[in-house]
Amino acid sequence: MASSDVARQPDKGVRPLSLAGHVGFDSLPDQLVNKSICQGFCFNILCIGETGIGKSTLMDTLFNTNFENFESSHFEPQVKLRAQTYDLQESNVRLRLTVVNTVGFGDQMNKQESYQPVVDYIDRQFESYLQEELKIKRSLHNYHDSRVHACLYFISPSGHSLKSLDLVTMKKLDSKVNIIPVIAKADTISKSELHKFKIKIMSELVSNGVQIYQFPLDDETVAKVNTTMNGHLPFAVVGSTEEVSVGNKMVKARQYPWGVVQVENENHCDFVKLREMLICVNMEDLREQTHTRHYELYRRCKLEEMGFKDTGPESKPVSLQQTYEAKRQEFLVELQKREDEMRQMFVQRVKEKESELKEAERELQSRFEQLKRLHADEKAALEEKKRLLDEDQSSFSKRRAAAQLLQAQSLTANGKKDKDRKNE
Amino acid sequence: MSEAVVPDAMVSPAVGGLHGEKAGGPAVDFSYVGIDAILEQMRRKAMKQGFELNIMVVGQSGLGKSTLMNTLFKSKVSRKSVLATAQEKIPKTIEIKSISHDIEEKGVRMKLTVIDTPGFGDQINNENCWQPIMKFINDQYEAYLQEEININRKKRIPDSRVHCCIYFIPPTGHCLRPLDVEFMRRLSKVVNIVPVIAKADTLTLEERDFFKKKIREELRANGIDVYPQKEFDEDAEDRMINEKIREMIPFAVVGSDQEYQVNGRRLLGRKTKWGTIEVENIAHCEFAYLRDLLIRTHMQNIKDITSSIHYEMYRVRRLNENNTVMASAELERTDAQYPSTSESPSSVTC
Repeated sequence: MASSDVARQPDKGVRPLSLAGHVGFDSLPDQLVNKSICQGFCFNILCIGETGIGKSTLMDTLFNTNFENFESSHFEPQVKLRAQTYDLQESNVRLRLTVVNTVGFGDQMNKQESYQPVVDYIDRQFESYLQEELKIKRSLHNYHDSRVHACLYFISPSGHSLKSLDLVTMKKLDSKVNIIPVIAKADTISKSELHKFKIKIMSELVSNGVQIYQFPLDDETVAKVNTTMNGHLPFAVVGSTEEVSVGNKMVKARQYPWGVVQVENENHCDFVKLREMLICVNMEDLREQTHTRHYELYRRCKLEEMGFKDTGPESKPVSLQQTYEAKRQEFLVELQKREDEMRQMFVQRVKEKESELKEAERELQSRFEQLKRLHADEKAALEEKKRLLDEDQSSFSKRRAAAQLLQAQSLTANGKKDKDRKNE
Repeated sequence: MSEAVVPDAMVSPAVGGLHGEKAGGPAVDFSYVGIDAILEQMRRKAMKQGFELNIMVVGQSGLGKSTLMNTLFKSKVSRKSVLATAQEKIPKTIEIKSISHDIEEKGVRMKLTVIDTPGFGDQINNENCWQPIMKFINDQYEAYLQEEININRKKRIPDSRVHCCIYFIPPTGHCLRPLDVEFMRRLSKVVNIVPVIAKADTLTLEERDFFKKKIREELRANGIDVYPQKEFDEDAEDRMINEKIREMIPFAVVGSDQEYQVNGRRLLGRKTKWGTIEVENIAHCEFAYLRDLLIRTHMQNIKDITSSIHYEMYRVRRLNENNTVMASAELERTDAQYPSTSESPSSVTC
């Protein structure tokens, strides 16, 4: 944010002026550099390669220190990434270096998903930067930038061609990170084989449409050296932290019974070229490419995925804020609608249940009435019968009484008669 | 690029291993990695891209703003030199006029924009005269913010934010006027203000010292933080340098774009009957200090404070404003639907 592109041709309204004397703003680059020195730099390298191919050794050799490393096993079930951060200092420049190594790459039987953890890691770093950038209270200049600036892809020195795992992985990564392919353990290949190998690799990359990092050619001071180096890609490197005495010097080398492979000898391997290109000449460009190309691409895709657009339906510019608010509104409206719906449904069900219960109650009531009536009827009938029975009974008893009386009378009448006859 | 200094490569406690230097070992460049080459890369990149600087000058007419700008940048950067109309008509309201120039020195290209505010403090009723200026500054922040939150954004967002505002205090010799206090109080919160005493050749040295002391007291009493702000000093070294500067502000400056012969040399100055005032002579006036502060030593710092502090504050305010508006609208709607709930809507502060 400190500087901006000044157009090659002056914009309308900007007049070129010549100065009459020394003003002093030529110290601006120095001021900028001083500020950066105070802040320190950070650089993140991702090393992808099979287990045992020499990633850690190369890092040690490159940065001339001994990063604490231990050998990984070959039996990892899945590809993992291990990131370690170191603080290096050279003269007055402080560098915060993060080296990310893949663990278990290429060891599984099924390597179809091997690239996924790597892609996920890179995306996670972009995501956290994006989150920081979108925050309301943010502190971007204090933010520890963990986005991967350079990816060294280690190609095993088979001498023939790239493996399909290599092609697949590189294809997935070329739009997310600056890929620099290197041929590892280059001391196993002879010079002529190496030449053919390099040509084969480059042609395979081109034919598969893999975009590896090209050293920039726009700055005149470094354009020439960058063009030559572009022709030497991929670099064939040998890493070693052990020292062997050659002549009267101690050099980093690998000692074999048949000779000594010197790491910093340009005839033996391309290590010096790699170091020069990666660190001395293009480190700043790598960081810039990561920020302006790869990160912007990620940001654009991510925001478009979330539904933000730059122009609204009437193709008027819509700001992120507006879109976000519109979305939020939509979401809240949606929530409200659903809440209403649920409430409606609930009320509905309560009503239904209520009516059902009322219905049942009424039915019960009617049945009760019915039964009661039946009961009353029967009772009445019974009463009737009882009355009849009583009547019968009373009439019967009357008749009996009458009969008895009659009988008694007839007896007495007979007795008299008998008496009468006797008397005669 | 490669330095003769023996570099060491120290590693943080994660490693208990070797350091770059071997006792009695020859071959210095053997342990040289080349990390410090990044400084050179940065410098190259900066030179290629060029720089941008936006300065605003504020003050009553006749205080020498345009002349000072011309003197600072040793060329005709002021508005009056550019526009054909050299009429001295004082405008009825405050206008904001900005002119851009491309200047180059020793391979360093800069796009300098001078923003002039004719009409400031010239009316009879000067209430709210800072409002157009505040609005302009906030508009620049707004433009930058809009660019930044775009989905497809430009590689380099054009920076039109006002980096520095030079405020011209008329050389009364007594104290700050209410207009000055009010303006500086409001604007020191959104932009870096550098106050200068204009036309300082009307004050003797004692008067000048007294005036400056009075001004510093008044600034402190009103809580006005001018550049370099105390709270943004980063470390002890910074504080020391900035304290020295704070002892000297406001700078008493004299501007001139005419050269005279003095002691056999051609110098910028003002020739009067009683002597020639040399602009770049620190015994005469403090122009050189101002120039060094603005251009030679603190330019990057000014731009950084603008972008990382003033702009961020604006951004926070703006984004929060939107959220508050949203939240209060939401609460009103909820209130309308469920009048039984008693919630008071939050007040919207802008």
